[in-house]
Amino acid sequence: MSVFLALFGREIRLVLRQPGEALLALLFFVLGGAIFPIALGPDPVLLATVAPGILWAMALFAALLSLDRLFQSDFDDGTLEQLALIDLPLAATCLAKALAHWATHGLPLLVVAPVLALSFGLPGAGIAALVAGLALGGPLLSLIGAVGAALALGARRSTAILPLLVLPLYIPALVFGGAAVDSALAGLAVAPHLMLLGALALAALALAPWAAAAALRLALD
Amino acid sequence: MTDTPPPLTPILLRAEHISCWRGERPVFAGIDFALGSGAALLLAGANGSGKSSLLRLLAGLLPAEAGAFYWNDAPVAADPEAHRARLAFIGHRDAVKPGMSVAENIEGWATLYRAPPEAGMTALAGFDLDRLADLPARYLSAGQRRRLALSRLLLVERPLWLLDEPQAGLDAAATARLADAIAQHRAGGGIAIVASHGGLDLPASQRLDLDIAHRAALEAARSGDLR
Repeated sequence: MSVFLALFGREIRLVLRQPGEALLALLFFVLGGAIFPIALGPDPVLLATVAPGILWAMALFAALLSLDRLFQSDFDDGTLEQLALIDLPLAATCLAKALAHWATHGLPLLVVAPVLALSFGLPGAGIAALVAGLALGGPLLSLIGAVGAALALGARRSTAILPLLVLPLYIPALVFGGAAVDSALAGLAVAPHLMLLGALALAALALAPWAAAAALRLALD
Repeated sequence: MTDTPPPLTPILLRAEHISCWRGERPVFAGIDFALGSGAALLLAGANGSGKSSLLRLLAGLLPAEAGAFYWNDAPVAADPEAHRARLAFIGHRDAVKPGMSVAENIEGWATLYRAPPEAGMTALAGFDLDRLADLPARYLSAGQRRRLALSRLLLVERPLWLLDEPQAGLDAAATARLADAIAQHRAGGGIAIVASHGGLDLPASQRLDLDIAHRAALEAARSGDLR
């Protein structure tokens, strides 16, 4: 456990040491999202209709933007093969890295998402559903993304392959996350969508580290 | 085997008929060796003869096509976790993070190896890097980066050292320090397996010529003996 926490802390420190990349993804989320109200015009009904889908899609793209570095730099500089030899199962190493990715890239989205939602004119209930969805969906995006990033490691043009691998797997998160906000706007129950999102996150927590570890072993071969 | 004092706990590493393929290409076949406490094995051979592959096989990073390694007569593959805990591997990439200082780099590995926190500075001193401890690692020269990688060997005691071209980029003084570190490791009963094109003094070491095993693999593949 102490090694797991040490690795988690080290990953976070590495991101904070060079925060440009994490900030880039965050700025992409904010600016990309803010483009739509400008492009679509100030029709409040239209904006509220498209807001859930657009905000969730932007969250997926922002996650994608940072994922290709998750294992790549460790792979290139030889850190990954050393991490494969420490007294920590490779699956736990993947979990630590995925959770650190969520903490540095997913959590900041929670903070700026309400601001972005305001530019779409979303009411309070919609914003609450968006943030709750992102809170549950964030770990899901990082965990699934870790599998994709590990699979893309061996490939040339991994940056191009990663979205093709990961985006189809992100669709459930997009569906339930968007539906939660839609339901909140329509005055319907939000909880079922959030519960499904949470269930998906738990399933990913149990499965994704093993899948990512298997993919890493192939890449280290 | 060597003139070092008798080790505290005798160990024996044996390789039996190891073969390795990379993709559809045979690398080497039929490698056998046995190394006791204090022994060193020098892997020699041309580029591409499989020196790095053999070290990665020994580290458990690659699966062997055929054959097995035995540690004190127990098959290594039966307990990969125990094997990981007894080896230290230095590949040709240094695993140094440019954004962190020299001290942060080594201390990070110290925690991941469950070494005491002060082990980091001692390890740096072993390769004369303690004066550069606060320097961001991005300013290190290639040789200094190599010394930082090598200082990981001194963090924890591991009986099996697997070194891939460890002296690459090192100046004469650092090469002497490396030779000293290997000699001390062997004197304490450890085993060192080193891939090298020369330039490193390994007294009383065995030598394994991978060119021969490489040709054997190519011939066996041609005649269809393997696969």
